Amino acid sequence: MSKKQKKMLTRIIVSTLLLIVLHFLPLTGLLRMILYLAVYLIIGIDILKKAGKGIINGRVCDENFLMTVATVGAIALALYTESGDYNEAIAVMLFYQVGEFFQSYAVGKSRRNISALMDIRPDYANIERDGKLEQVDPDEVAVGSVIVVQPGEKVPIDGMILEGNSDLNTSALTGESLPREAHGGDEVISGCINMTGVLKIQTTREFGESTVSKILELVEESSSRKSRSENFISRFARIYTPAVCIAALLLAALPPVFNLVMGRPAGWENWVYSALTFLVISCPCALVVSVPLSFFAGIGGASKEGILIKGSNYMEILSRTKVVVFDKTGTLTQGVFEVSGIHHNEIEETELLEYAALAECSSSHPISKSLQRAYGREIDRSRVTDIQEISGQGLTAKVDGRSVAVGNARLMKQLEVAYAECHSLGTVIHVAVDGSYAGHIVISDIEKPGSRAAIAALKKAGVTRTVMLTGDTKAVAEKVAADLGVDEVHSELLPGDKVGQVEKLLADRDAAAKLPPGRTSKAKLAFVGDGINDAPVLGRADIGIAMGAMGSDAAIEAADVVLMDDDPLKIAKGIRISRKCLAIVYQNIIFALAVKFVCLLLGAVGYANMWLAIFADVGVTVIAVLNAIRALRVHRL
Amino acid sequence: MKKTYKIEVDCANCANLMEDATRKTPGVASATVNFMTQKMIVEFEEEQDPKTVMKAVLKACKKVEPDCEIAF
Repeated sequence: MSKKQKKMLTRIIVSTLLLIVLHFLPLTGLLRMILYLAVYLIIGIDILKKAGKGIINGRVCDENFLMTVATVGAIALALYTESGDYNEAIAVMLFYQVGEFFQSYAVGKSRRNISALMDIRPDYANIERDGKLEQVDPDEVAVGSVIVVQPGEKVPIDGMILEGNSDLNTSALTGESLPREAHGGDEVISGCINMTGVLKIQTTREFGESTVSKILELVEESSSRKSRSENFISRFARIYTPAVCIAALLLAALPPVFNLVMGRPAGWENWVYSALTFLVISCPCALVVSVPLSFFAGIGGASKEGILIKGSNYMEILSRTKVVVFDKTGTLTQGVFEVSGIHHNEIEETELLEYAALAECSSSHPISKSLQRAYGREIDRSRVTDIQEISGQGLTAKVDGRSVAVGNARLMKQLEVAYAECHSLGTVIHVAVDGSYAGHIVISDIEKPGSRAAIAALKKAGVTRTVMLTGDTKAVAEKVAADLGVDEVHSELLPGDKVGQVEKLLADRDAAAKLPPGRTSKAKLAFVGDGINDAPVLGRADIGIAMGAMGSDAAIEAADVVLMDDDPLKIAKGIRISRKCLAIVYQNIIFALAVKFVCLLLGAVGYANMWLAIFADVGVTVIAVLNAIRALRVHRL
Repeated sequence: MKKTYKIEVDCANCANLMEDATRKTPGVASATVNFMTQKMIVEFEEEQDPKTVMKAVLKACKKVEPDCEIAF
């Protein structure tokens, strides 16, 4: 509890006690008035001051003003009718303050919850000087310096491990609770917590360019993009409050005047009382407080799960997503080529792989890399001589004195080796040893384990159409699409074609919705990519989702939603989180407006008293705030 | 120039009001108030002294939300 809150709580308790004591004292007349007024001032002085300041600064008609008018009016009425009943005025102020206090406490608590989760900013970096560790500001560490991260500390800057093995906790970044192993030579990103061993890390970026800074920047600026609901509420409050003030004034003045004209007693006190109740009921706090709070909680809850949403407007769009377009490589598949089969081999598989890997030892092509990875052992370059690359075909080399040719069908034809055609999908590498065919190796991009489940989860979450775009061949693309259950596939696309495809899908959707020109459909289209070369497509779609963004700031810049790890299941989760958040926002808007409207009607016809009005204001606010905080709990969604 | 300041504000809507007030202050190019992290990010126009501008910003914010604090 903050100092301010403690002070408020004391005021609430003191005035409640005084109110009870005064109730049992047989006071009358002036003394009674003075004592009750004293209690009123104890509890409401700050509201009166704020209302006064508001009027001076030209901001009439906020909730402080409403409360002041209502309570001062009630006191004036008590004086006028000489009833001596000041309880209602004080109670309105007291309950209003209780509501405000409760709200500030709940909001503060949930805010601390969220910010603790996002508290990934490292305070210092350790640099070794003369055998001693020195703590320095991460901003001052130059690229290429060596920093030391001890167990329990955050990795302050992106870099590469020089020495040491450890487990890294990435949960603040990805929401993934399993620690990740890290060894010498591995890239590490800032924001992870080093759990077990001491690591020496050579930095590869400046602090300002490091993952942790980029993420913090993103989270801190997320509130600048407002959703339509928020804009609606702030516009609404701007018109609503003055309208209510005018309505209350009319309610207080018109019927009595009408009565007077008709020659009946005016009944001023009844109508003024109705108008005051009307004012209390109509206070818009529940809305102006709970709607932004729901979005804050929703964005906070999502970031806890490793889903960064750049603003509440994107939260809103995400909840309406009906079409999801995927990039294949790196999104649904791992984007890492792997040996998926060895066929027609005349020699042992391992031997075939050994020849191929050795012959390709000097190449850095992704395919050569995958051969070397599949081989799995250290490559002894001294065994390889006479490497000759034949562009577009492959290469020939001498391995252990034997001549080896590794390449595609064209190479085999040129060397006049009889080769076997392959029926598997993927890239086929033929190998010939000493002029005779030895077999072929099939290399393909493998699907991510979660991709199939991710597509199913999207369908379950209400996505009606899934589309896959890829530059890969038709056969491969169709097989992957069928495996994963993607509805539609467009293959053999150049990077520029993808934008065209997305534009076509957007036009299709708008045509299907039969909208007048210039309007876009409510069903939104999301594009999911790995953010490396699909920035234009990410920008063109209604909402761009980048995956596996850890360490790639290009993706963080271009996308509207950033998934910290590359698990495609998080897309559906993000949609579910946004739906929950938006549902809460609408629940609050409808609930608050409905209760207020009913109470206002009752108040207008004179059936509502001040106590009902207090519920309609404070009670509704408290319920709406509690409901808003629910948006934070998304882990099991 | 862009600077981040720590703020103290109790309600989300007040944070929005502060953001509007800050944006309208002369010398401020753009501003974001984040209620969740209690931070204010202000981008100043060129050749403006952040200290002087922030004094005006604080004054403007106090007008819309007397309870707010900005540390600068």
